[in-house]
Parts: sequence; structure tokens; C-alpha cells
Amino acid sequence: MSGFLRIERVTKRFGSVVAVDDATLAIQRGEFFSLLGPSGCGKTTLLRMIGGFEFPDAGDIFVEDQRITDTAPNLRPSNMVFQSYAIFPHLDVFDNIAYGLRRERLAKADLEARVRDALAMIKLEGFGQRRADELSGGQRQRVALARALVCRPKVLLLDEPLGALDKRLRESMQIELRQLQRDVGITFVFVTHDQEEALSMSDRIAVMSAGKILQVASPRVLYEQPNCREVADFIGSINLFDAVVEARDGADALVDAGPVGRLRIQADEPVGKRIILALRPEKVTLSVTAGTVKGTIAAAAYLGERSHYNVAIPGRAEPVSVAAQNAERVAERGHAPGDTVYLSWPAGAVLVLPRD
Amino acid sequence: MKRTTGGAGLLVYAVFYLAFLYVPVLFLPLFSFNDSPFIAFPLSGFTTRWYAQLFADTAVQGALFNSLRVGAAAAIIATALGLPAAKALTRYRVPGGSAVLGLANLSLFIPEIVLGISLLVLLNVVAVSLSLWTVVLGHIVICVPFAITVLMSRMEGFDRNLEEASLDLGEGTWMTFWRVTFPLALPGIVSSLLLCFMVSFDDFLIAYFLAGNETTLPIYIWGQLRFPYKLPAVLALGALILVTSTALVVIAEWIRSRGLEERRHRMVGA
Repeated sequence: MSGFLRIERVTKRFGSVVAVDDATLAIQRGEFFSLLGPSGCGKTTLLRMIGGFEFPDAGDIFVEDQRITDTAPNLRPSNMVFQSYAIFPHLDVFDNIAYGLRRERLAKADLEARVRDALAMIKLEGFGQRRADELSGGQRQRVALARALVCRPKVLLLDEPLGALDKRLRESMQIELRQLQRDVGITFVFVTHDQEEALSMSDRIAVMSAGKILQVASPRVLYEQPNCREVADFIGSINLFDAVVEARDGADALVDAGPVGRLRIQADEPVGKRIILALRPEKVTLSVTAGTVKGTIAAAAYLGERSHYNVAIPGRAEPVSVAAQNAERVAERGHAPGDTVYLSWPAGAVLVLPRD
Repeated sequence: MKRTTGGAGLLVYAVFYLAFLYVPVLFLPLFSFNDSPFIAFPLSGFTTRWYAQLFADTAVQGALFNSLRVGAAAAIIATALGLPAAKALTRYRVPGGSAVLGLANLSLFIPEIVLGISLLVLLNVVAVSLSLWTVVLGHIVICVPFAITVLMSRMEGFDRNLEEASLDLGEGTWMTFWRVTFPLALPGIVSSLLLCFMVSFDDFLIAYFLAGNETTLPIYIWGQLRFPYKLPAVLALGALILVTSTALVVIAEWIRSRGLEERRHRMVGA
């Protein structure tokens, strides 16, 4: 296995809880890599093991083929942006950023130049003399970022760095952070529970659940080709239908999907195989005249650029979720609860997931 | 708000309570300025001669100097011992941590007379002769719980990520302690020093058992009480101690609460 930062079969237990279970990853140089999962899935523990704040019970971690599994955090080529930012309250912004440089015994002018550059990078010129409690949340986040980057790490670890910011600020910081990562070219390992954040920022994402890595892929592949039900469910919203393969016809399979009826899909599963069909809400088209499945609008929500509908299908407890782009200005209204509609979708839109 | 009879009753209770607590204490400064060797009403007039007599007394100065030295030594050593204990108990997963804390605090609950006798017996067994140093030893035993408690409350008050951030930025554990932990714990350290000093300065029982031929201030005062004509000077001394110790406790508490205030401020700001 090759990779700039490699995690090989790492397991970490806290008492009887397995926080990280046999995790293996290869992260490339200069990559913006996210660890995504619900709280308690082990993503922060994995990040802390890369940073040296926890040590694996089994497995190894390598940076540039150098084993760092048991190396103390101060001797690792990584720096971390903590979730709480951990800005030293007894030091001003300048001394916070200079903290890691003091060890290097730089000439005073060099040190000042590097801190000044860092302040410029985070657009906080002139804030050097401020203390931590005189900064806003977004400013603290930048100082934490500058303090880590000024040490020129090979890997920057970020533990939900945008979690404490309000929505608008978070969105602008996402763009800034992504731009910054491209500019400095340092490998970022970014922990988040926010799937939209992970999708919009990352080159690749590892989705974690209950200590296990479920899938590692680009945002597009994760969304369009999730490899299991959990990933499909966690990334975006999705409709899941239980189905059984009834017959095969060349590359196609004819499946019985219960209330949704009999469908022809592109799949190579054998006859008799129990599968899950997954369909994203925005891939479904609504029509009042014709379609594959007939249903009734159970709920409708107008969300500006799109509308969201829940469509009840006879014989199925859960309504089918449909997202329709409001591409045209609708003079009157869209579909209203009680309306009869027909659902249809392109053949390639249906995903086949394993069912156990 | 409606005032109930219960409220009025509680007010009377509170007034009596405070009077019971503080009126006797106020007799000290009152009679220390009274121009009569007898402690009785009515007051006979204002004088400062008891203070003059006190300041002329070299024995009192010797005892005071001893108490200051013992208090300073006990405070510094107890705080130095308490600091790593507080760090360990708040920062690491110490096996049996709560048991360790309980044991460290046990001396708070052992009657001082028992502690004094057992230390005396121990020192006899190991044949250490009694001196001010043995008093320091006894005072360390009673001061450590105070030091640990004060320091732990300070250590719990700051984000442990701060120490991790220092390690992350390249400092080892020792430099992390000096560059982050120590400055952040400083208000707690000062407050612990003052509190331990007061506990030591105030102690009579343990000093009485362990001082041998030496005299600390409380022992000296106890000795003076046998001579009725010296009583007003003792009152003067008591009044001075009262003022000084109140000031110290207020300063210690102010420093501690300022630390807490800073922390609240930070939390709101975050």
C-alpha cells in the first residue's frame, strides 16, 4: 500500500468500547482528506492517534514511510487545530502564533517575519497584540490555524474546526479553508460530522461508523455510488426499497420491488439474490399523467430553489421522498397534498446495495 | 416582593447568627485600645500603650519571626507537593484516583490532637529531635489537602487541549508545564500559598506538640495568658493577627475568583 500518510489496521479501545476498529487508510500528499461520521464513530480518536494524543492498541501509522505509531506528539511532523481552538489565554495573538517557533531559536527578525506572514495569511494583520478573549470565534479559529501552519507541518489535522461557528461564517470559512489548503499544498486531515461540509471541501472522504471505515471515496462517488446502506443513508437523503432478483436478461436484472412493482435495472446480481434498491430524491421525476409508479402526494414543502414532496405509495409504509427543481416560475402552485402523481426515473439512477 | 413573617424571623436569626460570630472577635480590637489592664466594661479610655508594649517585646518578635518562617516553608512545600498531585488527578486517568484524593484529604478529618500525638510518637521512634522543622513537617501534613483542593479547582478550570496544543507545537512535557500549565495555574498557586500559610500560622495544637523548645506565635500567646497584666498586649497582638489574616484570606479569595471570572468570561466569549 502506498500513501503519504498511512494508517494500517489500527485499533483503539477505551475499556470495553472499541473506538476505532481495524482501520486502514492511505492519504496522499497534498490531499484534503475528511473523516466523516456521526458523533462517537471514532473519527476524532483516529485523528488524535495521528496527532499522537492517543496511541493505538494495534496497528501502525506511517508518514512518508516513517513509523510514528508510538512517537510523542511534539516529535511528529503533524500539527493540529483543536475543536476548542486551544488558544493560550495568557499569551497574545503574536505569542500564540510564535509558540511553536520559539523552539527553533530563529533570529528575532526571522521569527517576526514568519508570524507577520502568518497573520497576513489569515487576514488578521494588526491583531498581534490582542488577547484570546478579545477575539471572535472566527478569529480564534484563524489564529489556531495560523499557529499550526506556521510550524510548516507535513500534515495538518483539523478536529471539527468549524463546528463552533454560526452557519454563515462556517460557509465562508469552508471556502477560505479550502483555498488556503490549495495555496499551502499541505495534506489536510479534516474531521467533521457535517456531510455537506465534507462533500464541499474534500478531495476524498472516509465515512466511519461505530469505529469502522465503511467507504473511502471522492465526494461524487460517495454520493452516487455508496457501497452500503449506511453510507447511502448518511450522505444526503435516499429512498431505499427492498427487492429480489427474479430473472436475468443479458446485463439487466428483472427485480420484484414489492409496492414499487417489477423493475428492469442494470445489475449483475444472480436470480434469487435479495438486494436493496436506492434512489436519490432528486433523480425522481413527478408527472400528473404517466410514470412507473402511481402515488399520492402526502406532504409538500416549498424550499425556494426546489420543492420537496413525500409521495405515499399503496402497500408501502414509508412515503417516497422526491426533490423537484423549481426551474420555472410556477404561477399557481406545484403539487398539493392529495394530488395523484406518477413517479419515474432514469434506468441508471437506481443503485443496487447489498442486503443481509 | 411580599415580606412574610417567616422572612422577618429569618432576618432576626441571621442578625443573631452574625452577632454571635463576630461580636466576640470585635472585642479584641476594642479592648486592645482600652486604657485598663482589666477586660471589663465600662471602657476606661483610649490608649495605644498595649501596642507600644507589644512592639517593645523581643520575645514576641522572635515568636512572630518563627511563625512566619514555619508558615512560609510549610506553604511552599505543601503547594509544591500539591501541584503535581492536582495535575495528575485532573489530567490523567489515575488508577484509583478518587481513593488517592480521599487519602490525601484524610488529614482534614483526623483530629489535630490525634495527628499531633501520632507525629510526636513517630518522631520519637525515628529519633528526630523536635525543632521548627518538625513543626513544618506537621504543618505540611495539614496543608497538603488545602493545596490540592485549591489547585485542582484551578486546573479543572482550563481546557486540557491547551497542554496538548503545546505538545503538538513541539514542546516536551517539561517545557509545556513551564510555558502553559504553570502560568495558567498561577492564580491557584498564589491562592494555595496564602491559604497554607494561614493554616500554618494559625495552628496551635500541632505546633505545641512538635515545637520542642521553640516558640511559634500561638504558643507564645498561650504562654502569656498565665500573666493577667500581659493580657491587653495579647489582645493587641490578636487584633493585628486578625487584620492581617483577614486581609490575606480576602486577597487569596480575590485572586481565586478573578481566575474563575476570567474563565467564565472566556466561556461566554467562545
